Amino acid sequence: MTIALVARLLPAVALAASVVAPLVVPNEYYLQVLTQAYIWAIMACGLNVILGFAGQLSLAHAGFFGVGAYTTALLLTKAGVSFWLGLPAAIVLCSAAGYVVGSICLRSQGHYFAIFTLAVGIIFHLVIQKWESLTHGHVGVIGIPGPGSLGPISFESTLARSYLVLACLVATLAVTARLLASPVGRTMLAARDNEALAASVGIDVMATKRMAFTVSAALAGLAGGLYAGFIGFLGPEAASVEVMFNSLLYVIVGGLGSLSGPVTGTLVVYGLSQVLQVLHDYHMVIFGIALVLLIRFMPDGLAGAVAALMGRGR
Amino acid sequence: MTLVEATGVSKRFGGLRAVDGVDFRVEAGTITGIIGPNGAGKTTLFNLVSRTLPVTEGRIVFDGTDVTRLAAHEVARLGLARTFQHTTIFHHATVVENALVGHRRRTRAGVWDALARTARLRREEQEARAAVMATLEEVGLAEQAGRPARGLTAEQRKRLALAIALAARPRLLLLDEPSAGISAEQTRSFIALVERIAAGGVTICLIEHQMQVVMRLCQRITVLDHGKKIAEGTPDEIRRDPAVLDAYLGHR
Amino acid sequence: MELLAQQILNGLVTGSVYSLVALGLTLIYGTMQVPNFAHGHLYMLGAYLAYTLVVMAGANYWVATLLAMIAVGGLGVVLDRLVFRPLRHTLHINSMIAALGVLLFLEAVAQLIWTEEFRHMESPYAGVVSVAGLPFTAHRLILLAAAAVLMGALLVFLTRTLAGAAIRATAQNLDGARLVGIDTDRMAMMTFAISAALAAGAGALVAPISLVYPSMGTLVTLKAFAIVVLGGMGSVPGALVGGYLLALAETLGGTYISATYQDLVAFVVLALVFTVRPAGLFREAP
Repeated sequence: MTIALVARLLPAVALAASVVAPLVVPNEYYLQVLTQAYIWAIMACGLNVILGFAGQLSLAHAGFFGVGAYTTALLLTKAGVSFWLGLPAAIVLCSAAGYVVGSICLRSQGHYFAIFTLAVGIIFHLVIQKWESLTHGHVGVIGIPGPGSLGPISFESTLARSYLVLACLVATLAVTARLLASPVGRTMLAARDNEALAASVGIDVMATKRMAFTVSAALAGLAGGLYAGFIGFLGPEAASVEVMFNSLLYVIVGGLGSLSGPVTGTLVVYGLSQVLQVLHDYHMVIFGIALVLLIRFMPDGLAGAVAALMGRGR
Repeated sequence: MTLVEATGVSKRFGGLRAVDGVDFRVEAGTITGIIGPNGAGKTTLFNLVSRTLPVTEGRIVFDGTDVTRLAAHEVARLGLARTFQHTTIFHHATVVENALVGHRRRTRAGVWDALARTARLRREEQEARAAVMATLEEVGLAEQAGRPARGLTAEQRKRLALAIALAARPRLLLLDEPSAGISAEQTRSFIALVERIAAGGVTICLIEHQMQVVMRLCQRITVLDHGKKIAEGTPDEIRRDPAVLDAYLGHR
Repeated sequence: MELLAQQILNGLVTGSVYSLVALGLTLIYGTMQVPNFAHGHLYMLGAYLAYTLVVMAGANYWVATLLAMIAVGGLGVVLDRLVFRPLRHTLHINSMIAALGVLLFLEAVAQLIWTEEFRHMESPYAGVVSVAGLPFTAHRLILLAAAAVLMGALLVFLTRTLAGAAIRATAQNLDGARLVGIDTDRMAMMTFAISAALAAGAGALVAPISLVYPSMGTLVTLKAFAIVVLGGMGSVPGALVGGYLLALAETLGGTYISATYQDLVAFVVLALVFTVRPAGLFREAP
């Protein structure tokens, strides 16, 4: 009974903790780290929609993150648009790109889909890197203005921006939670479980997967846009395979297909790698092994382990 | 009225002709059986009709619509549902969620409804739950509604697979070996269930190995052997058909 | 004319590397249905091992190359036993993710040992030779010959030995091979060892004429994937010919069309092929 109570209270406690966290971190540096972790958590939640809910290993999502980041950055620096237009523009563009890329890539299955999306991700990355007249290539975009203020609320301080990112993360979780709890989400999980059976009762599996791909690309775009506005400078590495692999790590550590798992995974992995200096040098050695061990022995990640402990497997 | 009419349908896997120029029909309101020795092409024929596999040659008409080139979900939306030989359910969902997926084609709410929790979504969810609870009642799984599907017994899984198909409110139901892997007792209650479903106005076509089940349930029977149709008729005609006896005895 | 000849030679040199890596990738995919995203990192390790043996330990270049191939081949066996075999009968997504884990691990290990600094080693064949009046770097010609020897040895092994025939049979039809009683686990292990050794050989061969750094394998892996998909997953001739073709297209395209987007060629072609044929060039649509 107490366990059930804990499980019920967990989301509220987590929310309270994340609201308090920016206030209690020791200094500005840790506040930055925390805020970046929130941004990566949004990215991980997005990736989880296609990977965890729809069961498709997309390796193109760092590309969408990059497109979102550059859309915001370039609109803000070159067109002088406000952050409050630049961010939605990134989401809209990434949704559209996600819809198109999804329509094409999802026709390939399994390994082919993974390889195809990997190629698409690399194309995004290389185009960003090479299209110097637009993106300034390796130099990147510098001096990206922040969110400024929205009405009476000013986002000049790091603390205020941190809360802005947190609000976006909460919104992301709300979106994925609503989606998952709806017939749309149920259909998505069903198509992941058994495509042939889903199709046999009239589910358009392709449309379902494409929808998941579009939503997850939109969320990657949101994370990218926030990244640009928050960090203030941007290089082509934002769209690199390293970003892709890191995001994948966050999702897998947290738990594929679990609602809040990607957030936990991001906070644990990104947090540890930033905070512990020992880990800083060895973190990829450890995380590489961790990824292999997790997939072998704990394929449901932290969320799965917690659920198993509480005896209420999903 | 003819619900399914397949003309000269073939399926080749490389050099193997799994189904070879078969003419096949299902009349509305009947229970039709497909029998034949192992490897006769029965399941392949099912897969062609339900569009799980692409047709190599021939034409399939369902309820007046040429479905030869349609996708599986499109022909399902026209009112065709099926079960699979190796009982398939959605393992990671509860029993009621499984049935709700079957019901999904009858609802309209999309992503925006889900995000905004619109009135339409809530109304459809209510209707859907009521409808699938009735279906679960019908197959005798109402008590298990909240349980994870993977916790069910083999026989319950078969019932659930049937419930998923029924929740789509099909006009034609294809059953691939409904009595495989369950006891004689369970088979009897399963036969009764199939008869009830048929009485409710659903046309049924089934593949079955147990002769007494086929003879008891079906009005018409099609016999396949080596991918070809070797006989067709009422149970009595089939019982007396020398080609059928030959095919079965020859294979023993 | 001289430029063209030079570029063709460069294309063939790069092509040798691509083909050696792609051959291993295609064999691994064929025999165990794993897209080994870490394959280029085995190539990177081969380059580093050769560099270390030659520059730090003063070994003979060919001895170093051979030792690098043996060591990385052994690593291949370890990877198969510890990582991929236990995942063989689980979701296909798992072995892909595990391969990404191996990739992260190998790159991080290389960074720890050799740092991110670019390394360079001198070739024992640093001179220039003249062929038909045109000057060529000696090492490039030697690389071409050595790569040809490796590929020739692989082909002889695959076509003339029983084990090779079994590997080919497994690569062409995994289930069929199992049915006729081939020990597919043993084939997988052998394939991993050979493929890893080939990649390491490519790395060791290319080390004296290019820079060695921890992430040097990433782009090579990705291009090898493009080649293998275009040539047919599991196809040996496809990987062999495809590697040279892609490298020539890149080098010539880079020289005569645009150097900026040279690296894009492979991925654009790959994307186009998948767009038109979602199951690859050489597979029937399901």
